[in-house]
Amino acid sequence: MGILEVQNVNKRFGGLQALNNVNFSVEEGSVHALIGPNGAGKSTFLNCLIGKLKPDTGSVMFDGQAVLGKKPHEINQLGVSRVFQTPEIFSDLTVFENVMIPCFAHRDGSFKVNAFAKVMKDKEIRQKAEDILEDMGMKDKIKRHSGSLSRGDKRRLEMAMCLVQEPKLLLLDEPTAGMARADTNNTIDLLKHIGETRKITKVIIEHDMHVVFSLATTISVLAQGAIIAEGLPQEIKGHPKVREAYLGEAEV
Amino acid sequence: MTLMRDRTLLIIFALFVLAAPLIFAPTGAAYPDLLQRFAIYGIFAIGFNILFGLTGYLSFGHAAFLGIGSYSAVWMFKLLTMNIVPALLLSVLLAGLFSLLIGYVSLRRSGIYFSILTLALAQMSYNLAYSVLTPLTNGETGLQLRLDDPRILDAAGAVGTLPSTNLFGLEMKAVFWNPTIFGYDLQFNWGYYVTAAMLILSFWISIRIFRSPFGMMLRAVKTNQTRLNYTGINSRPYTLAAFVISGMFAGLAGGLLASMDPLAGAERMQWTVGGEVVLMVVLGGMGTLIGPILGAVFIKYFENIFSKINDTVLQGWFSFMPGWLDDFFVTIVSPFVGRGWGLTLGALFMIVVIFLPGGLVYGAKRIGSLLTGAKRREAKVEAM
Repeated sequence: MGILEVQNVNKRFGGLQALNNVNFSVEEGSVHALIGPNGAGKSTFLNCLIGKLKPDTGSVMFDGQAVLGKKPHEINQLGVSRVFQTPEIFSDLTVFENVMIPCFAHRDGSFKVNAFAKVMKDKEIRQKAEDILEDMGMKDKIKRHSGSLSRGDKRRLEMAMCLVQEPKLLLLDEPTAGMARADTNNTIDLLKHIGETRKITKVIIEHDMHVVFSLATTISVLAQGAIIAEGLPQEIKGHPKVREAYLGEAEV
Repeated sequence: MTLMRDRTLLIIFALFVLAAPLIFAPTGAAYPDLLQRFAIYGIFAIGFNILFGLTGYLSFGHAAFLGIGSYSAVWMFKLLTMNIVPALLLSVLLAGLFSLLIGYVSLRRSGIYFSILTLALAQMSYNLAYSVLTPLTNGETGLQLRLDDPRILDAAGAVGTLPSTNLFGLEMKAVFWNPTIFGYDLQFNWGYYVTAAMLILSFWISIRIFRSPFGMMLRAVKTNQTRLNYTGINSRPYTLAAFVISGMFAGLAGGLLASMDPLAGAERMQWTVGGEVVLMVVLGGMGTLIGPILGAVFIKYFENIFSKINDTVLQGWFSFMPGWLDDFFVTIVSPFVGRGWGLTLGALFMIVVIFLPGGLVYGAKRIGSLLTGAKRREAKVEAM
């Protein structure tokens, strides 16, 4: 039994069967990549996992609890954090504040009226926020306005915001989409660094084969709304169905 | 460090507010009625800024809470006592309950739809106050004190005169000190100092909210609600709490207005009043601590000055010109003053929004940095 169990999920948009009986299981501690050509249903699938979309049928269990029908903040409180395709940060706030908000959410829950507490006097939160920024190599930018960061730093900051919550599962939605090769490599290094220090299960949705084969321990292939193959990276590389659906005639 | 700066800010602010009758003397605004209005609308704007400045939810309906505050205060004066304490308590409480209701309904939407919902609900309350609720609001005439009101806690006063509002015996209207300083005839009355104390208290609450985790979440709502939800925060109760807090401030302001002058009319609930508080916050600097108060003082001051100018005053101004030119200028300027002072306000508002997008506070900061920048350059020259 994996930490994330998806069973028989179907989702239909009008005449389009976006997800067709998807079964998906993620082992604890693994880095599970979900790949597939454009329009395969990867984003729909992810949105079903995090509560943005509700599947027509099927079940999603995370850590023994049913996730379907729950709101995004409730799913996050169960221990699922998400990294977006374009970094979603609080761009009007400072780097420090950006990291403190998930700290508060993690400690105090989804709503707390603490209108008379002082943020800057909360030693526990400050320490945690400083530690994670240190770890991500952003300690020197702590007072920066986060909207003025470079794209790579925004990505780093977003990762810090997710990690500081000590999630059980980290969902990454095309973390290198639209990046230059050098930035892509930096992101891979960052994810490897995270993997070395923390045992967090990760699900990566990705286009870039280079990223997938550098990081994933397991790969699932989605095509036309259905999982067509699943296995270790080297198995997927040589899988004929995958080559046909996704890689075309190209060599990997 | 910010905490130290906040304390200094609060102390300077308090001193300024307490000395206001002296400070405003040269501007001709240092009479109790206007000073009280500065402080009361300052409170209204501080509260509104907690919703609009922090979360970015733009409500056009806060006049309704101001009106409810006034009505509840006057009812307390009629039924219970002329002491303002129970009146203010009921104002804040009822405005809070009512804003909980309106906030719950309108916060189901965001952006322009939220604004329209608040506008519609406030306009409904205004019309209710005018028509159906006449037994409670006395409709068009407005709610006033009468000689035969019960006032069960008060001893019977002098026959044939209306009692005045007080705080444990201190009459709001009473001038307790009337000195002449620097040739200005000053008036210190209790009413202003009660509102001033409330303003300082409100400012302190606002500082605390700004520096709290709660305030940080409200700012996060404004910058990226999606990220906030995926960070495990339920944004709806946060925005609702901000809405209710700002509604309670509006209720307090309404109660104070009635405490200074015990009558309440439906026109206080009109959406233009709710629009004015938006102008105050934008003009002063939304999301800043001191900005809303600056905006409130700015607008109320100019309202007072421009609405007093009439054609006779204008004739006086332009009398040095030949007759035909004099008439010409009077004709040009007169629509902008007196009853038409709103035109001037509109023009000032446009100037500020175009040239100082962060409001008056931003303007002051720019001037400040220009000055310190100039000083730094001087220092460099000296060092060489």
